[in-house]
Amino acid sequence: MSSLGKLLVQRIALGLLLLLAVSALIFAGTQILPGDVAQSILGQSATPTALANLREELGLNEPAIVRYFGWLGGVVTGDLGTALSNGQDIGPQIGKRLGNTMFLAACAAVVAVPLAIFLGLVAVRYRNRWPDKVISGLTLASISLPEFFIGYVLIYFFAVKFRWFPSVATVYDSMSFIEKLNSIALPVTVLTLVVLAHMMRMTRAAILNVMQSAYIETAELKGLSAFNVIFKHAFPNAISPIVNVVMLNLAYLVVGIVVVEVIFVYPGMGQYLVDHVAKRDVPVVQACGLIFAGVFIGLNLVADVVAILSNPRLRHPK
Amino acid sequence: MRIPLSALVGIIMTGSFFLIALFAPLVAPYGLAEIVGDVWEPRSAEHWLGTDNIGRDLLSRMIYGGRTTIFIATAATALSFILGSILGLTAAVLGGWIDQAMSRGVDLIMAIPSLIFALVVLSVMPVTTFVLIVVMGLLDSTRVFRLSRAVAVDINVMDFVEAAKLRGEKLKWIIFREILPNALSPLVAELGLRFIFAVLFLSTLSFLGLGVQPPASDWGGMVKENKEGIVFGIGAALVPAAAISILAISVNLVADWVLNRTSDLKGGRGG
Repeated sequence: MSSLGKLLVQRIALGLLLLLAVSALIFAGTQILPGDVAQSILGQSATPTALANLREELGLNEPAIVRYFGWLGGVVTGDLGTALSNGQDIGPQIGKRLGNTMFLAACAAVVAVPLAIFLGLVAVRYRNRWPDKVISGLTLASISLPEFFIGYVLIYFFAVKFRWFPSVATVYDSMSFIEKLNSIALPVTVLTLVVLAHMMRMTRAAILNVMQSAYIETAELKGLSAFNVIFKHAFPNAISPIVNVVMLNLAYLVVGIVVVEVIFVYPGMGQYLVDHVAKRDVPVVQACGLIFAGVFIGLNLVADVVAILSNPRLRHPK
Repeated sequence: MRIPLSALVGIIMTGSFFLIALFAPLVAPYGLAEIVGDVWEPRSAEHWLGTDNIGRDLLSRMIYGGRTTIFIATAATALSFILGSILGLTAAVLGGWIDQAMSRGVDLIMAIPSLIFALVVLSVMPVTTFVLIVVMGLLDSTRVFRLSRAVAVDINVMDFVEAAKLRGEKLKWIIFREILPNALSPLVAELGLRFIFAVLFLSTLSFLGLGVQPPASDWGGMVKENKEGIVFGIGAALVPAAAISILAISVNLVADWVLNRTSDLKGGRGG
């Protein structure tokens, strides 16, 4: 058990190290570029005084390494800095939006994950017959469709033509849970469609892989029904790859959500990030970028850890 | 060599997209920025797809927009392939700490979602076509690096490469004459997928207002320009969005076929 613990601690430490390196990369991405950040924020027509003021405000007169550690120290203690565009603290602004984004992502995950796994199982059950073919066709389509195409088609039909759902997904605190769900129905559908096919296909591949083992053949020869074989014998051994698939797709959801929030004008992190990239508000962009990257790394880490935990050979080393 | 129907459709569609992009000024009925009618006119004989949010001919905009999309996506894919495959093959052949350093560096960049990283970088860079191509190409080259390194590591331990090394061939010879020809088929199959990714990525950036800047426009930007119309039941924004999807699907059909062919060759089992 101790070596397992060691392995887990190692993974988590590695994840934290990666996060640290990523924070440096994000910082470097906005600072050590050709030209001057202040200049590129204000444009070519900026007056020298304005430039000097902004440089002072951004602390550009100090060396980059000092600024990096200053920023990092702030982030670790929960101080994300102040936004350039309105001078407000970034932390509280992000906090609320992060909650909204998590709500949207969680709803999408709750719909997409069970559906994808169930459909993946169905595809294995009817391998090479029409349900399977439909699934691989859908996969091809879903890789090729941009989020905004699915989004606007849904808005066009379900919000404008049939008027079932609102086209703009606004949520605020006084809304009841049901009202919130109604308002985010369309964005959740888009996110689900974006990750569903891929998740289905990879679930199918993971189970098919297990299905080729000898003990599955034994189970089949015993005369068990196909669903029993898949559920009781193949599925437990496919959990690790499936969890991996799910985590990878949730990580993808993190990116997809940026676009979906813009389509539906949803008050979340993605919208916030995009708005401030356009305003060249570097501190906000850094903070958002770090949070998105952190969630992404965290989900990958969970996938890693689950893979270790669900593998008996790793859990009970010789 | 028999080409399956789906691949044939894909090749024809992809080919026509590229041809139209190439000869855009000859094909387009109106100019790029020419205002020829009212706002969001419906389809008519003069304007096959109607007009856009400020009365420009949508079909002409589509043709020019496609040119921009395809040009930038192609250039970014080319950059990512040249850079990614050369670095990947070099890492595989050299091994040791150079390989370690490069692979860990790529791991680090891939730990940040491409879109997020691109947004971070574009927040301080001037958004020009050149910057877009470089940013997209560099970010995507990490994926090509991974693939080409993985393929090349297997080839690098084969006897004929060993023989070439013992013969005293230089690094350049080993990479380009021994390994590259044998790594080409999986790389070509990947090319299509990377191109699709580049198209979708550029469209997404433009849709977010951070890609191609007006008055020039690509398909993603056109979706952004016309998105307000959706609420009034005007489908102008759906046209460029559909074009992106159709282009992506056509390239995918071709890539799928190439992928199947190359994996058939490897596995030795047809069908």
